[in-house]
Amino acid sequence: MTDKTMTAEEAVSRLESGMTLGIGGWGSRRKPMALVRALLRSGVTDLTVVSYGGPDVGMLAAAGRIRTLVAAFVTLDSIPLEPHYRAARERGAFELVEVDEAMFMWGLRAAANRLPFLPVRAGLGSDVMRVNPALRTVTSPYDDGETFVAMPALRLDAALVHVNRADRLGNGQYLGPDPYFDDLFCAAADTAYLSCERIVDTAELTKAAAPQTLLVKRHAVTGVVEAPGGAHFTSCAPDYGRDEVFQKRYATTPWEEFAARYLAGDEAAYQAAARGDA
Amino acid sequence: MTTRAEYCVIACAEAWRDGGEILASPMGLIPSVGARLARLTFAPDLLLTDGEATLVRPDGTAEGWLPYRQHLELVTGGRRLVMMGASQIDRYGNQNISCIGDWARPRRQLLGVRGAPVNTLNNPTSYWIPKHSRRVFVERVDMVCGVGYDRAAGARHHRVPRVVSDLGVFDFATPDRAMRLASVHPGVTVEQVQEATGFALVVADEVPCTREPTAAELRLIREVLDPGNTRAREVPL
Repeated sequence: MTDKTMTAEEAVSRLESGMTLGIGGWGSRRKPMALVRALLRSGVTDLTVVSYGGPDVGMLAAAGRIRTLVAAFVTLDSIPLEPHYRAARERGAFELVEVDEAMFMWGLRAAANRLPFLPVRAGLGSDVMRVNPALRTVTSPYDDGETFVAMPALRLDAALVHVNRADRLGNGQYLGPDPYFDDLFCAAADTAYLSCERIVDTAELTKAAAPQTLLVKRHAVTGVVEAPGGAHFTSCAPDYGRDEVFQKRYATTPWEEFAARYLAGDEAAYQAAARGDA
Repeated sequence: MTTRAEYCVIACAEAWRDGGEILASPMGLIPSVGARLARLTFAPDLLLTDGEATLVRPDGTAEGWLPYRQHLELVTGGRRLVMMGASQIDRYGNQNISCIGDWARPRRQLLGVRGAPVNTLNNPTSYWIPKHSRRVFVERVDMVCGVGYDRAAGARHHRVPRVVSDLGVFDFATPDRAMRLASVHPGVTVEQVQEATGFALVVADEVPCTREPTAAELRLIREVLDPGNTRAREVPL
């Protein structure tokens, strides 16, 4: 059995500039922030980022790493508008492929199923069609004759996701109320890097939790990174909630100042600085 | 004395009357109070979430699981009525929450389209606007997120039942599906509504007032659903 454990640095060293990168979680919820921080320490740039956007997008946008963003929204949840994303958008820092939340999900599903597209009853009539002139429609061949958007597959070069527990083989477990779409991100990607709060023995995964919590299957995972606090400052229920105080500081501190204070060192330095300021 | 916020709660609750056994998805504080009020009174079969992934009864008892992936599929199944916010809305019910100005280089980046396109093509979508003004009720929205009647091309599941603001209730019960002033909240004049709206509303000769809450509804709002009066923060009158 293949031991896939690696450090965040090793995971990020396998990424290349220009890649299409899917980032799991949702808004400011269970985002693979330790992997994003490692990405920020690397020289990887010129990315196409595919995300239900939160501070992952805000940070990468502020640091100028995004060439194209595929998203339905970017939010910090308790702070509705992501200030760094917003500033980057308003200065025209990257291209945006703006699609609906459900179109996004079907795009991942299409990629996971190796289909070129899936029909969705969303987008028609809206300006999603205007701002994405490459989007095509498809008409039902059956009697209903309904026309749908043919949502193209969102195929990813790599996916980054964070879960509560994993084993060394890449079986990933979520213990909170919502899996979000992390399994789909992994299945839609050529390579997937799974960070977790704690690596445990395989048998440990189902000692206290039901098997349906085993969200991510090892065949879809390239690397496993143990990263306690690895979703900070987003939520990672039930291990911890969102760090609202820190998130507010992130949202209200000028980016250069925030980056100098928290992102100049390694992950341990980040965690120490964030805890020290709590 | 019933407050304006309480009339708004009533007007929002009415959006779910006769909804049957569907999911009520209120976004914003006053629609949330309204949906729960409807559930406790005239729409007892409604499903409600805790705002995350759990379906809950009014007393907080969990009765189901609805993570985002299932929520998005429930939308396309159609058994849902959502009340969304709007940064802009026009006379045919086109709604914008994405950005202000030119999309390619927005003056103000907002949330993004979110689920507005899928909502409006799949299940009834109403809107809540806590501060009625010409900045929100515009001639033309900058980015069509929620689809209005003039752009829906008769899509089979498209319906915008109502718009509720702090001034009144609006619907599209007109021959060309233009927005109509359906009722004004007590204390609001028709002229006041017209003045705050950036396009010509359809207005009948006699515009009724939004209905009064019953004593039981007022008690539920004040003592059970929102004892901290957070509704007054959204609509301070």
